[in-house]
Amino acid sequence: MKDQLEKIKEEALKQIEASDALDKLESIRVAYLGKKGELTSVLKSMKDVAPEDRPKVGQMVNDARAAIEGRLEEAKKVLAVRAREEQMKREVIDVTLPAKRNNVGHSHPNTIAQEEVERIFIGMGYEVVEGPEVEYDLYNFEKLNTPKNHPARDEQDTFYINENIVLRSQTSPVQVRTMEEGKLPIRMIAPGRVFRSDEVDATHSPTFHQIEGLVIDKNVTFADLKGTLAEFAKELFGEETKVKFRPHHFPFTEPSAEVDVSCFKCQGKGCRFCKGSGWIEILGCGMVHPHVLEMCNIDPEEYSGFAFGVGLERIALLKYEIDDMRLLYENDIRFLKQF
Amino acid sequence: MNTPLSWIKAYVPGLETNPQEYTDVMTLIGTKVEGYECLDKNLDKIVVGEILKIERHPDADKLIVCQVNVGSETVQIVTGAPNVKEGDKIPVVLDGGSVAGGHDGSALPENGIKIKKGKLRGIESCGMMCSIEELGSSKEMYPNAPEDGIYILPEDTAVGADAIELLGLRDTVFEYEITSNRVDCFSVIGIAREAAAAFNKPYTPPVVTATGNNEDIHDYLKISVENNELCPRYCARMVKNIKLAPSPEWMQRRLAACGIRPISNIVDITNYVMEEYGQPMHAFDYDTLAGHEIIVKCAKEGDVFQTLDGQDRKLDSTILMINDGEKEVGIAGIMGGENSKIKDDVKTMVFESACFDGTNIRLSSKKVGLRTEASGKYEKGLDPNLAEEAVNRACQLIEELGAGEVVGGMIDIYPEKRVEKRMPFEPEKINKLLGTEIAPETMISYFKKLDLGYDESTNEVIIPTFRQDIDRMADLAEEVARFFGYDKIPVSLPSGQATTGKLPYKLRVEAIARQVAEFCGFSQGMTYSFESPKVYDRLLIPEDSPLRMAVPIQNPLGEDFSIMKTTPLHGILTSLSTNYNRRNKNVRLYELANIYLPKTLPLKELPDERVQFTLAMYGDGDFFDMKGVVEEFFSKVGMDNRPHYNPEEKMPFLHPGRQAHIIYDNVTIGYLGEVHPAVADNYKIGDRAYIAVLDMPAVLPLTTFDRKYTGIAKYPAVTRDLSMVVPKDILVGQIEQVIEQRGGKILESYELFDIYEGSQILAGFKSVAYSITFRSKDHTLEDQEVSTVMKKILNGLQGLGIELRA
Repeated sequence: MKDQLEKIKEEALKQIEASDALDKLESIRVAYLGKKGELTSVLKSMKDVAPEDRPKVGQMVNDARAAIEGRLEEAKKVLAVRAREEQMKREVIDVTLPAKRNNVGHSHPNTIAQEEVERIFIGMGYEVVEGPEVEYDLYNFEKLNTPKNHPARDEQDTFYINENIVLRSQTSPVQVRTMEEGKLPIRMIAPGRVFRSDEVDATHSPTFHQIEGLVIDKNVTFADLKGTLAEFAKELFGEETKVKFRPHHFPFTEPSAEVDVSCFKCQGKGCRFCKGSGWIEILGCGMVHPHVLEMCNIDPEEYSGFAFGVGLERIALLKYEIDDMRLLYENDIRFLKQF
Repeated sequence: MNTPLSWIKAYVPGLETNPQEYTDVMTLIGTKVEGYECLDKNLDKIVVGEILKIERHPDADKLIVCQVNVGSETVQIVTGAPNVKEGDKIPVVLDGGSVAGGHDGSALPENGIKIKKGKLRGIESCGMMCSIEELGSSKEMYPNAPEDGIYILPEDTAVGADAIELLGLRDTVFEYEITSNRVDCFSVIGIAREAAAAFNKPYTPPVVTATGNNEDIHDYLKISVENNELCPRYCARMVKNIKLAPSPEWMQRRLAACGIRPISNIVDITNYVMEEYGQPMHAFDYDTLAGHEIIVKCAKEGDVFQTLDGQDRKLDSTILMINDGEKEVGIAGIMGGENSKIKDDVKTMVFESACFDGTNIRLSSKKVGLRTEASGKYEKGLDPNLAEEAVNRACQLIEELGAGEVVGGMIDIYPEKRVEKRMPFEPEKINKLLGTEIAPETMISYFKKLDLGYDESTNEVIIPTFRQDIDRMADLAEEVARFFGYDKIPVSLPSGQATTGKLPYKLRVEAIARQVAEFCGFSQGMTYSFESPKVYDRLLIPEDSPLRMAVPIQNPLGEDFSIMKTTPLHGILTSLSTNYNRRNKNVRLYELANIYLPKTLPLKELPDERVQFTLAMYGDGDFFDMKGVVEEFFSKVGMDNRPHYNPEEKMPFLHPGRQAHIIYDNVTIGYLGEVHPAVADNYKIGDRAYIAVLDMPAVLPLTTFDRKYTGIAKYPAVTRDLSMVVPKDILVGQIEQVIEQRGGKILESYELFDIYEGSQILAGFKSVAYSITFRSKDHTLEDQEVSTVMKKILNGLQGLGIELRA
């Protein structure tokens, strides 16, 4: 009996060794361990074994079964690994074939610039505010210290709907609307569309966008204005950016300034882009004119503030090196897809 | 405003600078230099030569060979110029030098023209004699230059001297951008005052001396001003025995550098003083003034007046006119009349130096359609005190130039004298506004440089009348800031109460609209807010449609931009058309922009501005792709109810069988459809185009960012398929409405999986198949429950004439 078992085991192990496929292993399993398998039939002949020997023989049968099962498992693993390896080899693809893309759309460069500016100022505690595009002359001009027949009105050729209603020529009327609401302090920016009667060409458009900024609080200084816009310029154009404030004139700020940033193409050395000056003009700003505060029922003795206005297209054109403003309103998909 | 540096230096004698430094310094104190031009930038090695001898060229009829003494040597120059003779002094560019341009006066090359010695028809030529055009100027600016040929210098010119200098070309002309508040800087003396202050040099303006014979102008002329409001001051002086002649070279050079053509001594003096003082003046021929009288009054409505440029101008009663005893002789502050202009035979003239109301001049100038140098200056609102000084300066120049005999005295109508202002000096407030700690004495020193006085006894700053822009503390703060230096003001961030950065809800929803559109392949376009009223015809919008009620612009840039849009269609379709025309494939565009709906016309209050979320596409994709984008957006903004699509109310610009209004919670919030082929044709889009428009103000209240989690189902779902024969005109939307209404609480979802029309289906019917899924939150569904609900659904469907498929 013992010899017989030993022989069965040897034979089984030899066959396992020689197998090169999973189905062969399976038939070996059936042949030895299955219901009609050789080991099973040994077990079935246990009844012929003397009762005192049965535990011993049983043990021997189980050992042989365990040995065969163990080897079978090992062989299966080896085969499975080999099979996976072969599959991997078969499934090699050319990864340089074209991608299957979803063809997502793209934001307009103005919007990208606007969101960038919004992000910076929201981070500094500013609220984004909107105002009407068709606006009362009162807000667009009068309350901004630009009464009827003020020469500054000629500088912004305005579209009129009638004597009292205009297409806003600037986002500054949102300043007035915000101040009139009477909630202080104010830290706001107002992005939006503005209109001026400029014929369409590479650098002019009768429609463009601005972002207005306004801060009103006690003890706001020109130094604060400088600091705020310096931060803004660094965030927008890079940490190395320098700003230069030049005196200027706007009817609704005093003192007023125009702001240049160091050319981000040549870092201020002077290039074609900045026309050799090393500087690029990006915005106008100033301390809110005390008379404007008074017209909005804010006491200039107690409160002061600053305001600034940035041309969005100007930023988009500069940042993305777009050389023709008309591209922004043509909506050629080959243009838009670059942003 | 263009001014040569030499003229500024005349009044700031200590000014030593170079063009770039001057540009930077002036710009930083607020007198912005837009650019400059060095007149001698391409002129090199140009000296005065004397022609010693002229011989004919042996081989060329039109050339001559000149021996020219250039000081250090005598050189041989061959020229074709017809106007030179022996003994002439001429500008000569030597071998290796350069000139600015060619002799024909065509556009100047960027880097000039190099001159090298060479041979002309076999004869050596070592340099070139120059015409004024070759020196970069023109006969217009140098009236004594010959019509065609070499510029001949005065006989007493020293041979070998720098000809560039002699011709006034060693100079730099600066162009300034003067802001509208600084009227005083629209003049040489104004800029010189700023320059002196900026460079800390003494300012020495011209000293105007007394002029005139011992006659009295009042014996010659009578002046009355009827409208003092529009003419706060009217000064006049007279000159007799006029000797009309060219003005001296120094005056011509200065005018030429400012871009003003020298004409004659009288005209040049007028222009010179206007540049120098910023005060326009007008000269009338005394002998043409009827009654030897000047009356300043408004025109009569409908008058027609011929200005000295020969044009007839139509007038109205708001336009201020200069009249003599009988007739109008000039439009005040804008242009004189043909009937009184100075002609070559003028003997006696009246110099007018007045102050007119800036606003009135501006409006009048627009009305008569004529903007002149003078009106441009008056518009800004001149200081009336300038008028007297300017006319006296002009008379001084008349005497200096020997242009005539100045009559004694001045007529001066100046009922309300403008006097200097006084303002309290509040250095602590100035420092508080600027965020600086500038010493009061320092501030006062800045004021003094600008001719602003300081009265120590009253602690007041005294503002001269030429600084009309300074009115309150903030204005003084600006003066302090710009001379302290904007760059030296410290940098800080606002302290004070903290505020929260916020994006309003509307903009958050719009941001999601953009995200969804872009994920679905749409790129963002931007179009104009105004368009032509003709677009309604292109869009097939009927005459009586409320969409045609648009806000018109009073002063549009032409008809194409004349009304505010009431629909986003034209803009987006034009953009599709542009892309189609450029052969771009599969174009998807969206726009988020306002339409402008007036409440009444003509407009009394502001129109309703409504943001429209507009999607448009051609190429891959159809109606249902577009519908999908719309629904993706809804699901992103918390609009989880089922939208309805109503095809009944037809929109003329869409395909009649492929369009629907979008209804959500019984509110119409937009529409979508295929663009009507006729409209597509009108826009030259040769492909099916689809469009969806969502009216964002209607959408906004339906959106929410609130989300509540509902548990993921634990119990199994039961799915039943429903295969139906449906009358053709029943919409699947109607079927779905029945499923929804009758599906009860256990209805989880339903999905259309087949729709078929064709040979196997009876004509007039279609086959529609749905897979309906039921599930309960709290138990495993019994067959019985599902069957009861299915039966209800079937009953409902039968009501629509729908049968189950056998």
